[in-house]
Amino acid sequence: MNELPQQLVNGLLLGAMYGLVAIGYTMVYGIVQLINFAHGEIFMIGGFGALTVYLYVLPDGTTMWVALPLMLVGAVIAAVLVAVGAERFAYRPLRTAPRLAPLITAIGLSLALQQAVWAWYPGAKESINFPEIPGGPFEIGSVTIQTGDIFLFIAAPVSMAILAYFVMKTRTGRGMQATAQDPDTAKLMGINTDRIIVVAFALGALFAAVGAVAYGLKYGQVQFRMGFILGLKAFTAAVLGGIGNIYGAMLGGLVLGLAETMATAYIADVPGFDLLGGQSWANVWAFVLLILVLLVRPQGLLGERVADRA
Amino acid sequence: MTALLEVEDLRVAYGKIEAVKGISFKVEAGEVVTLIGTNGAGKTTTLRTLSGLLKPVGGQIKFGGKSLKKVPAHDIVSLGLAHSPEGRHIFPRMTIEDNLRLGAFLRNDRAGIEKDIQRAYDLFPILGERRKQAAGTLSGGEQQMLAMGRALMSQPKLLMLDEPSMGLSPIMMQKIMATIAELKSQGTTILLVEQNAQAALSLADHGHVMEIGKIVLSGTGQDLLHDESVRKAYLGED
Repeated sequence: MNELPQQLVNGLLLGAMYGLVAIGYTMVYGIVQLINFAHGEIFMIGGFGALTVYLYVLPDGTTMWVALPLMLVGAVIAAVLVAVGAERFAYRPLRTAPRLAPLITAIGLSLALQQAVWAWYPGAKESINFPEIPGGPFEIGSVTIQTGDIFLFIAAPVSMAILAYFVMKTRTGRGMQATAQDPDTAKLMGINTDRIIVVAFALGALFAAVGAVAYGLKYGQVQFRMGFILGLKAFTAAVLGGIGNIYGAMLGGLVLGLAETMATAYIADVPGFDLLGGQSWANVWAFVLLILVLLVRPQGLLGERVADRA
Repeated sequence: MTALLEVEDLRVAYGKIEAVKGISFKVEAGEVVTLIGTNGAGKTTTLRTLSGLLKPVGGQIKFGGKSLKKVPAHDIVSLGLAHSPEGRHIFPRMTIEDNLRLGAFLRNDRAGIEKDIQRAYDLFPILGERRKQAAGTLSGGEQQMLAMGRALMSQPKLLMLDEPSMGLSPIMMQKIMATIAELKSQGTTILLVEQNAQAALSLADHGHVMEIGKIVLSGTGQDLLHDESVRKAYLGED
């Protein structure tokens, strides 16, 4: 039996989830040159937002076809509120501070959000089960797609299309591009750059929330630490694709997901690598790929030349 | 009738260092007024304060009779004050046409915007030929044209030009100055900051000479052009 198509699909699905979260890193970096290390926790908060709607808002036994859209709304609201609050109260006061200050703030915020959920969300000291979409897995040829992955299969391309339309075609989107290239001159055009920064944080949180619902459906659980490694991977994807570039974030996610899945599945077949296969090495291969790409293209796959920012 | 722009005892500081130390001047509608002076005289600081990028520590700025003190930078352009910044600052990764459209960011009259884009291309034909090209690929002079065209896209009551001739070849400099003269003849009100005093004063109705944060001499363009101390200090005569 040929399992390559299956591995490709697995890799793309994992990569699409990385890509959804990577958008938030890349947008915020593109506009304020801040690596928002709390973004992984924004993703996690999105997961708990969806869970909260399911456990505490909806009546027991609500069918998933009704529950899922409402959970998505809950995820987005929770993630966006926390992200916009973080921008307003943690990052904005440090806008003119040396760059190390907001970076350390981001790391602190990341830990604080994790611990807050651990301490105060009922039952969050353990993993909490996420509801499942009923129905068996789908077979397409030799490829099996789990029911939980159907959501990702639809949500990722739709999200990307909406984002591309927003950035390229709307007035706020053009304002974002201008602010990313030259914030002072953007103000001279009449662009409210403070508002643009809030929009960047909110949009990043929105896509992270979509990613978080996908995560819950895929793995069947959420937990307070779920944003840590995934956030690191998504950040890797953003850098791999070229940080600041939204298409780069999605491409970087897909490349990372594919590479990780392929390495996990096949690298043990390479003579001399027989001990390096399997899931426990997945993270290693992801970061090896990052290092290799950055050696050849320091600006990332679709990155802009830094000299543009003169 | 009050002047379009009235600056009174304006003071601007970077930290504790005062870069503009209490200057006053006026720009009447339809006039070209120039600020000349050497590097570090405070000319660019003055323009950046007028467009809200810097906050003054003292003094008054009145534009159309309204104080600009509490107005944020992004609202100033909608009052009719456009700024073509020093160093041009076009958006390098956008096309020429998208740069022009950003100049009209706050406008909603689609037909009017298209008409003004055409007007910019008439003023600077080279921009029309390259409308789909990334602005970063233009030469310095072409970028200057784009910066000026972009500033005009907001239909300003007052156009502020900061060092439009900086770093340009003599031919390109002449072209830019000829364009400024053309804009003047169309009735555009212009506040021009220049190091090229000869060119600026020949165009200007009024001029002010700045030295380390103060206006040391004011007069009509022609008066200053023939003033002995100005000729010595800024026009390179013995």
